[in-house]
Amino acid sequence: MNLAISGLKYIEEIKNGNYTIEEFVSKTLEQIQKLDGKLHAFLSLNDKAIDQAKKLDKKIQKNEKIGACFGMPISIKDNICVKGTKTTCASKMLEDFVAPYEATVISKLKSEDAIIIGKTNMDEFAMGLTTEFSAFGPSRNPWNHDYVPGGSSGGSAVAVRALECVASLGSDTGGSVRNPASFCSVVGYKPTYGLVSRYGLISYANSIEQIGPLTRTVEDLAFILNIISGIDDKDNTTVDNKNEDYLSEIDAGVEGKKIGIIKEMIGDGADKEVVSATNNAVKKFENLGAKCEEISLDMVDYSVAAYYTISATEAGSNLARYDNLRYGFDFPLEGFEFNSYISKARKNFGPEVTRRLIVGGFVPSAGFAGKYFLKALKVKSKLTAEVNEAFKKVDLLLAPTVPICPFKLGEKIDDPIALFLIDFNTVTANLTGKPAISIPFELSDGLPIGIQLLAKSMHDKALLQAAYALQNTVHLPEIQL
Amino acid sequence: MTKIGLEIHCQLTNLESKLFCTCRANYRGYEPNTNVCPICMGLPGTLPLLNQKAVEKATTIAMALNCKTPEKLAFFRKNYFYPDLPKNFQITQLNVYGPTSIGLEGKVLVDEKEIRILRIQLEEDPGRLIYEGSSEKTQITLVDYNRAGTPLVEIVTEPDFENPKQVRLFLNMLSDLLENLSVSDPELEGAIRADVNVSIQGGKRVEIKNIGSFHDLEKAIHFEITRQESLAARNIQIIQETRHWDEQRKITISARRKEEELEYRYFLEGDIPWILIDSQTLDRLKNDMPESIISKKERYISKYKIPSQVAEVLSSDKFYSDMFEQVRDETNVKDVANIITTDLMGLVDTKEKRENSKLTPQHLVELVNAIKSNKITRTAAKIALKEIVKSGKTLSDVISELDLVHVSDASELTRIIDQVLSEEIIAVEQAKTNPDTINYLIGKVMQKTKGNADPKLTLSIIQKKIQT
Ligand SMILES: [Zn+2]
Repeated sequence: MNLAISGLKYIEEIKNGNYTIEEFVSKTLEQIQKLDGKLHAFLSLNDKAIDQAKKLDKKIQKNEKIGACFGMPISIKDNICVKGTKTTCASKMLEDFVAPYEATVISKLKSEDAIIIGKTNMDEFAMGLTTEFSAFGPSRNPWNHDYVPGGSSGGSAVAVRALECVASLGSDTGGSVRNPASFCSVVGYKPTYGLVSRYGLISYANSIEQIGPLTRTVEDLAFILNIISGIDDKDNTTVDNKNEDYLSEIDAGVEGKKIGIIKEMIGDGADKEVVSATNNAVKKFENLGAKCEEISLDMVDYSVAAYYTISATEAGSNLARYDNLRYGFDFPLEGFEFNSYISKARKNFGPEVTRRLIVGGFVPSAGFAGKYFLKALKVKSKLTAEVNEAFKKVDLLLAPTVPICPFKLGEKIDDPIALFLIDFNTVTANLTGKPAISIPFELSDGLPIGIQLLAKSMHDKALLQAAYALQNTVHLPEIQL
Repeated sequence: MTKIGLEIHCQLTNLESKLFCTCRANYRGYEPNTNVCPICMGLPGTLPLLNQKAVEKATTIAMALNCKTPEKLAFFRKNYFYPDLPKNFQITQLNVYGPTSIGLEGKVLVDEKEIRILRIQLEEDPGRLIYEGSSEKTQITLVDYNRAGTPLVEIVTEPDFENPKQVRLFLNMLSDLLENLSVSDPELEGAIRADVNVSIQGGKRVEIKNIGSFHDLEKAIHFEITRQESLAARNIQIIQETRHWDEQRKITISARRKEEELEYRYFLEGDIPWILIDSQTLDRLKNDMPESIISKKERYISKYKIPSQVAEVLSSDKFYSDMFEQVRDETNVKDVANIITTDLMGLVDTKEKRENSKLTPQHLVELVNAIKSNKITRTAAKIALKEIVKSGKTLSDVISELDLVHVSDASELTRIIDQVLSEEIIAVEQAKTNPDTINYLIGKVMQKTKGNADPKLTLSIIQKKIQT
């Protein structure tokens, strides 16, 4: 049995009876046992996974109806609530928090008989780009253990790449799915804002973030999107996608499509290996029949500043509830005055979260909102207008997912500003609500480089079709695990 | 000149559910922290789900107070740490970035004085803090989140009131209006709370917070005006400050914390998309709105020729006006209005009595018909009504059980009168010379018939008997 197969292939194998769900899940758990001590992709595992697999196998034996996932082992970023399991956001603040309800995406996956294999590591409350800000220790890049896997959904990308699961759900606030997907060479995707329900996703910057899958192939991604997308009466911001089938016609190709290369995203800050990979991707698209042209988005230069201002403001509010009064960690209330209790309790936030909460308390405050927060909102709306204008001329936008190559653990942890710039190419999709995907493209010095595509809002299907076309031109060497 | 402005918080108690979840809007009477769910407890990962009905009900209040209603509504977060706020922010509304609250710039006429409404906004009520002992000295504060998320409408007036009487009239009008619109039950404890600001000529604005009833509100204003005037009389400056109303001592006390220095970091609540109130929705709400109290009153006067005072009483109370509308027809309007405003009112003057009343509109119809056809007297009708309210029995049962039949049958009456006259020989003799004594004899007949004898008929029969 080979774990290095796509999700769709897995389903075929199970359907054909080549092995049982239990066998595959056991093998997956063995893989985790073998590798995760070093990689640290997981924060917790589902100890009922084997039982659940056995139950599904019985259903198959009895020819009973079974959901579309056929027991596919899927991992979940630890900021998405899975009922009855710990959901920590990789934070000491939520060390003991057991979710009493199910996120909508989890209900949907479970109703299609996916097996939630475990909860994956992340930067605390999804704030970070390397997974080094996890309160429970960093994850490592499976291509080279000295390197960061990207973040904040680092655990998810590692688990998918290291065959510790078939697919994973992460969350993308400023690039948190696409960035680790690029660093670990998996497919990572941020849907159009509102396409996937956020109910049960622990908010960081709720006006711009989405849950997104990480998979080994674009088809797998379309398959999972079919399950988790759509309007949800538990999230007022979801939009109706009329049950769009993202998997059908995935091989439609890009013949005649117009692709804009975002000039600002391959500028001075970009590594030369990354720029060269981007040029190669453009050539491949042209070979596939697409028309590529350079396009300039002036507001991109201000996007990171706007992103950090907006996300810090929303984080300041979204994370205010963690006062440890109703849930959290063990710290008795008696004998404290309210304010002194919560200041003590909130010292459990790690350094990056604390930094952003301080910024988040400052930039929208009465005397400074005009100078910072309101200006950031202006950038957001101008950037959106600019991107919408660009999409009148082209069907897709292209840029490297991350302007630089993966780097070593500890290399940038003390340089928050340098870390911020890693988001340079990804935040535009979040600020404008557009769908964006990162596709594994090249290896440079044995470390992956991903290519990013953006599409118009609700044109997620066209985006996946283009990603599929590019994926089929890419043949990376096997990873040594 | 004294200037008074109000900030009234009114819960939409008649709604089924809270503003952002399906827990009950009327949280009263449940064990602490049982009317809660992940959403109103602000658990990580939950999202507010807007109760569309709350938006509509609040909009009808805005329309009834002649406010402008913006086409696009938005919600904002007001961020501050407090144990009664599960999320440590309150979802509310704001007009700082353009008009996006439920209503604004309204006006109403109170006692010939125009009162401007600054804004009306919809927001979530926090939980309730319960102190062991007084809030100042307590060692332990308990929190009950049953109330958290209850739909709350905030009505803010300009400082247009000049005296407590205008405030009282406005509040009476407002309570009647809320009841008439069936949005809120102002009688429920805590359903309506108010903050007030008071300034006298030459003085700074003083805000008084946490006033739990309209009754206390008037007292607080009186106290504050007196306090400020006595300071002014002694040439002591009145400073701008926030004061709290002490319910026990009925005085205002300076608040230690300066509330205006708090930083709320307002920003748009992204989890609730903009709400579009188009003209069709507004038309529908307008059509569904019950007739206003003023229009009702005018209709009663012009159409039914009911005296103005009776019409006022009838129209301002939804319970009575509903009863009136159900029972009246072309022929009996005045009698129905009379029975309701004179007899029924004393019998069902509290909420409890109304809820326990067994009276149906059918009862009232029968009662009015019985009076009109001389079957029973007005006095008997009053007794019967009391019994019906209590027991719910049919009118005919009540008449026979209490022996209330109107004795208008001449032969039956003659028999009773003969009996009285034979017992009262001396009085009969006196009556021949002194007409006043006849009243004494009529009284005796009434006693025997429990008031059911027709007074006119009784008089004429006695007069004839005495003269012969
Ligand atoms: Zn609730």
